[in-house]
Amino acid sequence: MSESMRNFLIFLLILAVVIGGGVLLNSLFSVPFFLGVTFVAFGLITLGGAVAVVTTRNLFRATIWLMVSLFGIAGLFVLLEAPFLAAVQVLVYIGAIAILFTFAVMLTRSLTQLKDRYNRPYATLAASVLLFAFLTWVIWQVWGNWTPSGDIMLATISDTTDLGVALVDKEGLVLPFELASLLLTAAMIGAIVIARDVDEDEKEKRG
Amino acid sequence: MIPLWLYLLVSAALFSIGTFGVLARRNGVAVLMGVELMLNAVNINLIAFWRYMSPTEVNGVAFAAFVIVIAAAEAAVGLAIIISVYRSRHSVVPEEADMLKG
Amino acid sequence: MDCVGLCAFVQSLGVADPAIARLIGLIIGGVLVSGVPLLTVIFLILVERKVAARIQDRIGPNRAGPFGLLQTVADLLKLLAKEDITPAAADRVLYNAAPLVSFASVVLIWAVIPFMYADVAPGAFMGVDLDIGVLYFVAVASLGTLAIMTAGWASNNKYALLGAFRVVALLVSYEIPLVFALLVPVMFAGSMSLVDITNAQSHMWFIFMAPVAALMFFISSQAETGRAPFDLIEAESELVAGFNIEYSGMKFGMFFAAEFLHVFTNAVLFAILYMGGFLGVLYQQLPILGFVWLGIKASIIYFISLWLRNTVPRLRIDQVMNFNWFFLVPVSIVNVLLTALILKLAQVAGLAPTVFAESSLLGMLPVTLMLLVKDVLMIIYVMTRVAQEGRSARQAEQRMETDLLASAAGD
Repeated sequence: MSESMRNFLIFLLILAVVIGGGVLLNSLFSVPFFLGVTFVAFGLITLGGAVAVVTTRNLFRATIWLMVSLFGIAGLFVLLEAPFLAAVQVLVYIGAIAILFTFAVMLTRSLTQLKDRYNRPYATLAASVLLFAFLTWVIWQVWGNWTPSGDIMLATISDTTDLGVALVDKEGLVLPFELASLLLTAAMIGAIVIARDVDEDEKEKRG
Repeated sequence: MIPLWLYLLVSAALFSIGTFGVLARRNGVAVLMGVELMLNAVNINLIAFWRYMSPTEVNGVAFAAFVIVIAAAEAAVGLAIIISVYRSRHSVVPEEADMLKG
Repeated sequence: MDCVGLCAFVQSLGVADPAIARLIGLIIGGVLVSGVPLLTVIFLILVERKVAARIQDRIGPNRAGPFGLLQTVADLLKLLAKEDITPAAADRVLYNAAPLVSFASVVLIWAVIPFMYADVAPGAFMGVDLDIGVLYFVAVASLGTLAIMTAGWASNNKYALLGAFRVVALLVSYEIPLVFALLVPVMFAGSMSLVDITNAQSHMWFIFMAPVAALMFFISSQAETGRAPFDLIEAESELVAGFNIEYSGMKFGMFFAAEFLHVFTNAVLFAILYMGGFLGVLYQQLPILGFVWLGIKASIIYFISLWLRNTVPRLRIDQVMNFNWFFLVPVSIVNVLLTALILKLAQVAGLAPTVFAESSLLGMLPVTLMLLVKDVLMIIYVMTRVAQEGRSARQAEQRMETDLLASAAGD
């Protein structure tokens, strides 16, 4: 089977999973069809990208998959009616942290990429699966049959203006806001100082 | 409306995948990518609970925004440390950085 | 979720199910909204080459079709007919995906641009009136940065990688004055929605109230798209075309088209943010006139950018970084602070309206004059500082030369 044929079949499989998920959500939980399809699509993008991040050997591809996964999370934020946070996620992660990771990957190329990718893969896989199982059990116990109250669904959602006002409000979030900016300044200075390439003049001066 | 536990399930799955990345990978930068995945899983959790329990308050979105800020700062400093360690030891494997000397 | 606009139109055509009507409405809307930039880019490339030629005292392409109007079609056919090469050791998926992401990140911006006035909500013909329109624009534009980095890496070519590094450093640095310059219209309009910003300029354009911010936006957007004098990205005569060395044929065509479209998109955004968008004479009675006004304003800005491109020399990467970090960033931060201060003081003192759209020309004059005075004072101060530093740098250089001469002539 040629490669393009194989790719097309994979695409059809993913499409079938997404549409099947939408139908399933529609029948089991009375979720509108397109909402269900969108949720399954973004969920698959997120989780598929995450699995690819932790399994791929090529680190630059891992960065790209990380950005794909984070883009899927931005989509989930839009579904959860937090568009400001979705835009901030895309701007901060894909616009800046992706570049940071790319530079770090390029500055730390090791010649021994033939060594093992994982250390103790089976043990850690078992640990992750057990963690997921435990979390699922807790989620099912507490929120399995929980439905949000009617007026929650109809309430007006706080928007960006409220967030902006709260961030500078004396009885609001002004203190965490200022601390966060202080933290960012300290992190920026620290990162620059640590990663600076000390050239020979400074090395001689330091003796 | 999509039931809340589906969002929590996605968040738990992402968190577990991130944990696997942190524990199992032999490259420092890949470990940091796993940490980023875990932080984003927490963010999905926060926003899902914000939407389904108190969407009129602003605390949920603000908390998630602060988590993004801190994740960015931590990624920057962590990668700077990895680059600095690579310069002196020529290796990014966390398991090999086990002696204080050098 | 109710069914308005295009969705209602599709339903009136006979599709009963609101969800499917909504989906079809979305698809049609997407095609319409992205058709505008795609049709514009055909003429843009020709206009670019003609204007460049006239400034350089030659005629420009005039063979393909009358007055060279079919030149872009000829270019397109040439690029399509070229062989589709992928370098042997390149990362195939990333190599092929990078031009697509770069082009997509530009066309996505057009989803939030208001074209003309409309009686129904949201008040304009546009893709979608996001509450966070300005932030959406910045976020989507930053997607293009990652696409360029990917292109540089996936080409498996050291020159491409170095070119991509420089480009990404440039793009990431110039996002800061861009965002600060974008804060000023948002402050004036009290909202990040582009329709609100357009309506807030009903009585006074923001370019008269904040010329320094408009200049910052213009300079940063020229740098963001790699236009002269910041075109060390492509540097056609120097660094062997930077990150798109290994790209040929239609993939190069996509990068090419994406760049020109990005410049025009930034011109349209400048027109919306600072020059009033589709506002103009008779824009409500005859909505299509609003579209014409927007086109005229955007074309003026595009022409200025073309004029600049063919006139000024190219800057070096260290000059570009110096310019950004030591000039643009401090000036834009101080500009935002002073604008916020003056605006708030004026609003508290009653001299400025709180909601700009509902005031009048006379009501906007005091605050406009105050802000203009602030801008003029800032410009005077900055220019004297720049002149002083230039003079002292020249004097230091002359002193160094005389020292060298003295030490060479002495013992």
